[in-house]
Amino acid sequence: MSAAPSPTYPRTWRRPPQIVTDRRWRVGLQVSILVYLVLAGQSIEVDWQRVVVGLERGQQFAMGFLQPDFISRRDDIMRGVVESLTMTLTSTVVGILISVPIGIGAARNLTPRPVYLACRSIVAVSRSLQEVIIAIFLVAMFGFGPFAGFLTLSFATIGFLAKLLADDIEEIEPGQADAIRATGASWWQLVNYAIQPQVMPRLIGLSLYRLDINFRESAVIGIVGAGGIGATLNTAIDRYEYDSAGAILLIIIVIVMAAEYASGAIRKLVQ
Amino acid sequence: MLQIRGLGKTFATGDTALTDIDLDVPRGQILGLIGPSGAGKSTLIRCINRLVEPTHGAIHLGSANLVTLGSRQLRHQRRRIGMIFQEYSLVERLTVMENVLSGRLGYVSFWRSWARRFPPDDVERAFRLLDRVGLYDKANNRADALSGGQRQRVGIARALAQNPELLLVDEPTASLDPRTSRQIMRLITEICAEQDLPAIINIHDVPLAQQFMQRLVGLHAGQIVFDGPPDALNERTLTDIYGQEDWNPNHSDDEESDAREALSA
Repeated sequence: MSAAPSPTYPRTWRRPPQIVTDRRWRVGLQVSILVYLVLAGQSIEVDWQRVVVGLERGQQFAMGFLQPDFISRRDDIMRGVVESLTMTLTSTVVGILISVPIGIGAARNLTPRPVYLACRSIVAVSRSLQEVIIAIFLVAMFGFGPFAGFLTLSFATIGFLAKLLADDIEEIEPGQADAIRATGASWWQLVNYAIQPQVMPRLIGLSLYRLDINFRESAVIGIVGAGGIGATLNTAIDRYEYDSAGAILLIIIVIVMAAEYASGAIRKLVQ
Repeated sequence: MLQIRGLGKTFATGDTALTDIDLDVPRGQILGLIGPSGAGKSTLIRCINRLVEPTHGAIHLGSANLVTLGSRQLRHQRRRIGMIFQEYSLVERLTVMENVLSGRLGYVSFWRSWARRFPPDDVERAFRLLDRVGLYDKANNRADALSGGQRQRVGIARALAQNPELLLVDEPTASLDPRTSRQIMRLITEICAEQDLPAIINIHDVPLAQQFMQRLVGLHAGQIVFDGPPDALNERTLTDIYGQEDWNPNHSDDEESDAREALSA
């Protein structure tokens, strides 16, 4: 680096820029981001009067939260919760049953190209549509109520689980699969002996995770008419019964937390 | 027993791994395959059971040409070829017994294997093999609970459970310490001698190869450049195999290339 007799080395070092290497570009980019943020901030119109009214309503809502009313709408709430839980469980089970074969089919290292492409496109369609949109569509087709919700969640589960399962299968240790193949095993035996043991813990973990996503989603799609606790919540808010709405929200939170805790415990068990 | 004629492999990327390999392995012979990383040692033995599809040539095991088989027949022929892997390649979350029994997969129906109800003969055979490799009492342990040397023993038992007519062994000791390496090599060579089983063993470690092999084949850039008994190996033949720039007696360079190979392995 320097002259021969006694080399002196630099005593400071800075990490060279990795993404935008030209200094002018870097400064230019930073400035333009700042300018955009300022302009964008100015374009937001705030109706302060509306905010004040909203704050008042928000306060009522918060008060309702503090004094949740589980009693006066008890039957509706119970029905909603049971409906949501039923919807969640059935749709998760059905979703898993359908997504496992699709997930296996969507794993590049296991299936021939046409099957792979077909399964990947099913996954892509399922994933590209948000639950609420599917729910609106299915409610229009099958009418209000939990059946539309069940179908929505099953459909969404397929995209989620099949994709993650397929990705997981693609990342298995290929040596283990080669070893089973080398024994003269058939394709089904390969899946059963080399793939399943490697992906099972993750499949169980993902299924449990999807179970609690489905419960939360069941509350959201209820708002667009797909039944369950979401429908009950929507009705309570429409009637300005914030105390009942507060009670419903608390119930949702408790159930989600319980599901979270239980799934964590089970996942630890199957590792 | 095994007869390879004009075997060549060119990968989809255009890289040629093997060109025009001719090789005969008679019954009971233990053949060591040596050569630098990337010479095509692994590709060669994987072509034999077609974990890698050869591009051209013929491979005869007995009377069957392995290269032209359809998938069902290929599975039938694979039963005759046991394989032992570098990183053991046990299915980690299965028990030792399941790993050994998986050597029988080619012989049993899917439902039998799915229910883990193997024929009594297979189970007895598996226990006998576990006893032979010294792991009889580990049958119900999960494979990932074993040490490296133990895992490789399970790998050997799995390959032998197939009742093979040929053993393919891919760097069996690359992940093991020197003492365990020798024990594993001794076990493999003893078993081959007991059963008059031919074996092709890819091996990295030249002194180890010289100690245990009856015949060495040197591979360089996908071609056979040496074929002879271990004591015919000298400075000049080693240069033929490992190449002028790779073959350097200088110690520090040697270490460096070892480290590189360890990384790419």
